Amino acid sequence: MPPVYRGPFGKPQAERLLWRAGFGPRPGEAERLAKKGLEHAVHSLTHPGRERLRGPKPHDDNGHPLAPYDAWGHDQLWWLDRMVRTTRPLAERMTLVWHDWFATSEDASNARLMIRQNNLFRKHGLGSFLTLLTDVTCDPAMLLWLSGTDNSKDSPNENYGRELMELFTIGAGRGGYTERDVREQARALTGWRNDWSDNLGPTHFRFDKRRHDPGVKRIFGRRGHFDWRDSCRLCVQHRLHPSFFVTKIWSYFVPTPPPAATKRSLERLYVAHGHAIGPVVEAILKHPALYDGPRMVKPPAVYVAGLLRSLRRGIDTEAWTWLMDLAGQSLFFPPNVAGWDDTRWLDTSTYRARWLIASHAIRPHELNGDKAKLPADAAKLMTRAEAFFGKPVLTGRTHGELKRFARRALGDANARWKKEQYPALIENALRQLLASSPDLQTS
Amino acid sequence: MARCHHCDEFSRASFMRRTAAEAGRGLPAIEAGMPAPAGTGLDRRTFVARTFGLALSVYGAGKLNLFQEGIARAASGPAQPVLVSVFLPGGADSLSVLYPALDSRYRQLRPTLALGPGDGPQFTEDPSLYWHPSLAPFATLHGEGKVTVMPAVGYTHPDQSHFTSRHFWEVGATEPRLVTGWMGRYLDHAGARDNPLQGLSLDYQLQPSLASAKVPVAALAAPDEYTFDAPGVWGDVENRMLETLQPLGARRSDRFLNEAANATAQSDRLRRQLAPFTGSDYGTPVPYPDGDDGFPRQLAGLAAMLAAGLPLRCVAITAPGEYDTHSDQPKALADGLDITARSLLAFQRDLEARGLADRVLTLVWSEFGRRAEENGSDGTDHGAAGSAFLIGTRSKGQMVGEFPGVANLDDDGNLRATSDFRAVYSSLLEQWLGEDAAAVIPGAGSFQRPALVK
Repeated sequence: MPPVYRGPFGKPQAERLLWRAGFGPRPGEAERLAKKGLEHAVHSLTHPGRERLRGPKPHDDNGHPLAPYDAWGHDQLWWLDRMVRTTRPLAERMTLVWHDWFATSEDASNARLMIRQNNLFRKHGLGSFLTLLTDVTCDPAMLLWLSGTDNSKDSPNENYGRELMELFTIGAGRGGYTERDVREQARALTGWRNDWSDNLGPTHFRFDKRRHDPGVKRIFGRRGHFDWRDSCRLCVQHRLHPSFFVTKIWSYFVPTPPPAATKRSLERLYVAHGHAIGPVVEAILKHPALYDGPRMVKPPAVYVAGLLRSLRRGIDTEAWTWLMDLAGQSLFFPPNVAGWDDTRWLDTSTYRARWLIASHAIRPHELNGDKAKLPADAAKLMTRAEAFFGKPVLTGRTHGELKRFARRALGDANARWKKEQYPALIENALRQLLASSPDLQTS
Repeated sequence: MARCHHCDEFSRASFMRRTAAEAGRGLPAIEAGMPAPAGTGLDRRTFVARTFGLALSVYGAGKLNLFQEGIARAASGPAQPVLVSVFLPGGADSLSVLYPALDSRYRQLRPTLALGPGDGPQFTEDPSLYWHPSLAPFATLHGEGKVTVMPAVGYTHPDQSHFTSRHFWEVGATEPRLVTGWMGRYLDHAGARDNPLQGLSLDYQLQPSLASAKVPVAALAAPDEYTFDAPGVWGDVENRMLETLQPLGARRSDRFLNEAANATAQSDRLRRQLAPFTGSDYGTPVPYPDGDDGFPRQLAGLAAMLAAGLPLRCVAITAPGEYDTHSDQPKALADGLDITARSLLAFQRDLEARGLADRVLTLVWSEFGRRAEENGSDGTDHGAAGSAFLIGTRSKGQMVGEFPGVANLDDDGNLRATSDFRAVYSSLLEQWLGEDAAAVIPGAGSFQRPALVK
């Protein structure tokens, strides 16, 4: 079995676990989870019980309910709301993992089909990888995105066959397959089609054996009358698949590569459980590297959902769609079939987007210098700002710099009206700085 | 907006991206209903002026010094040559970009997709070839001697994965594990430690070719959007808040906390560099294409930044359009090339009007070309050799590598490369940027240097 973390499991560790395996704590949640200890804390995430959505119901800028199938961007808000309000954060986080792993873009289909695919990820998130892969392979949004319904006996299309091996199961440049395997996989995957309806767009997705190439294919050196199910099975049974799988799933939870021994034992665990996802994720969530290793940059969706959770704020504006786009993560619109690049979330452009996200998150609570009467005391103002976000764990340096800012800004108040108004302005600025600080960009 | 199944999904998506960008710009710096702060010396007029970045005086002496420093740094030393990299994402079909209209084999390979001799302008350097109709602006510039054409550029043992092949182009080597971009490594050698603008992604995210190991580089969609406002924060307190970004960006021991701190520090530096520019009218002297896409505006902003003397060296931008045309190729390719080529023509005219044309070369490239034989879904699958263009008044204007023809395809049925992207980079480094290519491109010594610059 892979090693298990044995160090102290207090608020900092519980907070990190909630960020990595979900979307961060609501106020008080990290403290409560810490009391359970590592074993029960992880178990509570992997076995959460029936889903309930807690907190204010989502609505658009006009106060109307979301229309995820019909209004642009509302599908993204619908999902963001699940992230914010769910009582099953890991299931929702796994949905985000699979959306990145099997990155499908709405550019090729529509919200209805994307949400259908999204529910598939939610359902199989911790189940059998072969079942998930097989269902994704004939999922309508994926069939449209990677030319699955364009792939027929008479005109094979390699798009899905290649990405199936390169990005979903085996990996490129490892000697796992040849260009011939790509072409033969394309033949095996032939047969899917759909109709077009003026109301629904692409519809009635089905396997049509007249479009399927029934001939013998040779894949990974094996011969047979393979079809799409065989394509998936052959990939999952490939000798290089377990190492691809555990390395890739690890990377969603821990930013440094797994130690060699850990990697081997995760592979064994994966194979021993018949390619089940859950046991591998559970082992990663208990691994010392998650708690002792470096922090991890939060993906934009996690950053946004987490801020809202910490503020107990529901979805009450459509602004999150364009803000997340600026930050580099439009849900349902991954940049390409490889998904988002988790090593490049932060640069000068996306940093500013995160600044804007923080502004929008705190805006409804903006303090008015004329009305709010706050103490002219840097330490007290800082304590209030921390409480505003549910007291997240901060590094000493960030805490010190923010307090120094408050002290200096109070020192600028050289007139009576400034002495009255600046504490509120400073509190507003502390919230902005705290939410966009390096500490809250990472977990 | 109601969902419309009949409209083009792609243009709808790019429309939304533009809306997003505008919404970002539209975030008000000054809150409605904010009290007029008596006694601050800042009345409503100066607040509004500052929103548009016009009245620098409201920043006070400290900020003015920064402004002057920025201009001083930019103005010191000779004007540097600038290289702009434009990436066509997805693998643009080189057999449509420049197509052998009268070759019967081409028409056999492309029974539905083949273009005819009357569709696009003839390519004067090789009259058997024709420009894609949407590339008429390139044909115009080529006629003026301002375009060097590489009709089949690639590398030996071509990889047909988007990600692997693009990675090779971005890092400037066929090395899967190299993590710095080729322009990033150039800047590591020749750049400055305090100038993020030297490597600029005109994008919402950093382009991999600019990934550096030592020096800072920047990503920004447009120069006038780079503001950091906070609700209910103004005056002295705002200045103090912005000053705090610098210490928050100081080095941290945790690797990824440090990455976040680094992004903070670089954003703060860029904010100070762009402060004089924020919200200003670009003063663009020529018309750019209208429409939903941000690309023309980004190029207009780039020309304006160069005209303002900002210290740019290498710039990377992704072209509009979707070039991974497994299906519906004719419209997708024509639309993407059209907005790209018209925008680049406007950019060239802008540079010429501003007297900057001799300082800028633009390289247009894609990760590969596409399969010679069409695939039966009105599209083409991944191929090998692609096309590239070097645009500018200093571009040599003579094609590099001949058109390989469709009679002698490789074993996968793809066009063979007649020039190597690493040789192109080596020439650009030596003939344009004045850097020894051996310091930047692994194995540079083994490549002939095509003449790219005049």
